[in-house]
Amino acid sequence: MEALTTSNVTKRYTNHLALDQVSISIPQQTIFGLLGPNGAGKTTLIRIINQIINADSGDIFIFGEPLQEKHIGTIGYLPEERGLYKKLKVGEQLIYLAQLKGLSKKVATEKCKAWIRKFEITEWWNKKVEDLSKGMAQKVQFISTVMHEPKLIILDEPFSGFDPVNAQLITQEILELKAKGCTIIFSTHRMETVEDLCDHIALLDKSKKILEGSKKQVKETYRSNTYWVEHKGSFDLPKTKYELLEQQNLEDSFFKSAVRVIDDTSPNQLIRDLTLVTEVHSFFEKIPTMSEIFISLVKGGKNE
Amino acid sequence: MNKILLIIQREFLNRVQKKSFLIATILLPLIFPAIMAVLVFVAVEQKKNATKEVVYYVDESGFFVPDTTQFFFRKFEGDVNTAKIAFQYDDSYGLLYIPAFKLSDPKGIALYTKVNPGPNEVGELERILENRIKELKMQRLNIDQKLLDSLRTNVSILNVNLSEGGQEKNSDSRVLFGVGMTCGILMYMFIFIYGAQIMQGIIEEKTSKVVEVIVSSVKPFQLMMGKIIGLASVGLLQFLIWIVLITTLTSIVLGFFCLEMPQQQMMNEMGQQNPAMQNEGAMEFLKMMGQIPFGYVIFNFLFYFLGGYLLYGALFAAVGSAVDSPAEAQQFMFPITIPMLIAYFGLFTFILEDPHGSISIWLSIIPFTAPIAMMGRIAFGVPDWQLALSMISLIAGFILTTWVAGRIYRVGILMHGTKINYKVMAKWFMMKG
Repeated sequence: MEALTTSNVTKRYTNHLALDQVSISIPQQTIFGLLGPNGAGKTTLIRIINQIINADSGDIFIFGEPLQEKHIGTIGYLPEERGLYKKLKVGEQLIYLAQLKGLSKKVATEKCKAWIRKFEITEWWNKKVEDLSKGMAQKVQFISTVMHEPKLIILDEPFSGFDPVNAQLITQEILELKAKGCTIIFSTHRMETVEDLCDHIALLDKSKKILEGSKKQVKETYRSNTYWVEHKGSFDLPKTKYELLEQQNLEDSFFKSAVRVIDDTSPNQLIRDLTLVTEVHSFFEKIPTMSEIFISLVKGGKNE
Repeated sequence: MNKILLIIQREFLNRVQKKSFLIATILLPLIFPAIMAVLVFVAVEQKKNATKEVVYYVDESGFFVPDTTQFFFRKFEGDVNTAKIAFQYDDSYGLLYIPAFKLSDPKGIALYTKVNPGPNEVGELERILENRIKELKMQRLNIDQKLLDSLRTNVSILNVNLSEGGQEKNSDSRVLFGVGMTCGILMYMFIFIYGAQIMQGIIEEKTSKVVEVIVSSVKPFQLMMGKIIGLASVGLLQFLIWIVLITTLTSIVLGFFCLEMPQQQMMNEMGQQNPAMQNEGAMEFLKMMGQIPFGYVIFNFLFYFLGGYLLYGALFAAVGSAVDSPAEAQQFMFPITIPMLIAYFGLFTFILEDPHGSISIWLSIIPFTAPIAMMGRIAFGVPDWQLALSMISLIAGFILTTWVAGRIYRVGILMHGTKINYKVMAKWFMMKG
């Protein structure tokens, strides 16, 4: 059973289509990267999952059940536009937010206290949020997202506005929550974070899903059969089998070249051919980063 | 439903725990009776210390008989030119010169003063002279003094309302005017103050961006209603405290002054006029105050405050949700305040002057102007059917504005940095789910 599936979710605003037949499925206990440039429809999709707005058509299932009001407590949401009540004290605020998620006052108080202890910020309990530093407020905000123990956690651009120390802490927490069984949706346009955190990704562009799968699958799909070679002395390869994409002169007669294999020639064959024409110092496959895949797909879409 | 209660509770506690709430709630009822007490005190003191002005007169006609209710008249022996010179070295108020004149055509009477006399003084002197001339004319017609005395009457009009049931009720229109004006102005102020607070609260939630966190837990409409109702309960609490405090303090203050001014002194001040009658007037006034159905007025005030607040509060909420800053809100506040201003000016131009005129009746039934207009009329007595119609239309009105506001609010709170105009708001209103 998937943690969340959407099928053909469509949302139209007055003069543009925000989501066009978007279907994704998010396996349980994974970190799922919802990627896409600004304005692709990520936030709209997340708001629909959070029942802040309704989809015009399409179905959403959460842990096998159609999404309903009772699932509010199942989801923990850290919006991109986030904030806290400035005049409220940290403790009061967390308890209030947890109560709104459906916890009783007693349980909410216990949970809040536990998290406050965990983050070693017990002395903030009676401080007003406006008296906290930005980093402190971010911790409180994160606690408010996860304290009701949601099974699905949605983080919209979680690292924007977080300082590196907090970002590190949050990363750790995210991994810990995943280990405990939580499913995490991670929406971002910053690919570097996806590279090491996400297990699965979906790429939205111009209201449509253009790519979905596990990180491994996606990388496999977008292998470009290109290899980096560092070598001494320039070379020529048969143009029928290989394509020399670029050649950089590192120093003196040392070069670094990108070579693409045209047909199904194996890397071993390429090495063999190379040793005939040059002195090979290093050889490795040029695996596309998520960022490269992202850019090539998004740009490719624009050229159509 | 449970969540709305949570929001109401939070909103209520937030406001009530503020120091400003405590200060406003305690100080305001102290300020009103304090101002009243100071005014009454000053008025009493002034009356006590007031000395009547001295007016010298030169009477060449020989008709003048001084009436000393307002002035001390002293006869100046000598001609008018000497009098004028003497007057310059004297600190008396004026010099009244009455030349010989024909009763049919009194001309040439002059008042010399060092400062410009007020209309009251001149009027009083004219009244004295006119009365005297009238008396003389009547004497010429051979009407004897006894008959003249019996003709002189003091009239004070007593208003009696005939209510629908045929019961007689005494009323004094000045008191009713005062009650209507006070209630109307207070209503205008409270709707404005509380409405603006809703708007401010929503703008705060929007700019601090906590709102998206909240609406992932509750429906936007629940959040809006929770805030509006929470603030309404703060308002009601504040009113109840005020009513209790003001009633207690006013009765203390009034009690104090009634004891201070015993009957004897009152009579002295009234001078030669019939003391019994004057006393009766004062009693009448107190009786009148006692007859204003304060319970009824307060009940209606609370009802119209609540209704008017919900009606306008929803609109203020819609504006607050649409904008990003209080400055931006100004332009949208204007159309909301127009009906309130119409009611407010209507209060002074038609409603208090003619509480049962057709404009007054309509203003008190149209929901946007009803809270202020009805408060202006309420003390004068409003037929039950009009009150019922007005209340129903007010309830319908706030249901309508709440519905409209809810549709704008749910979109507006999630929008940042959008350029807002009425077209955009209309679009939000039309937007589905």
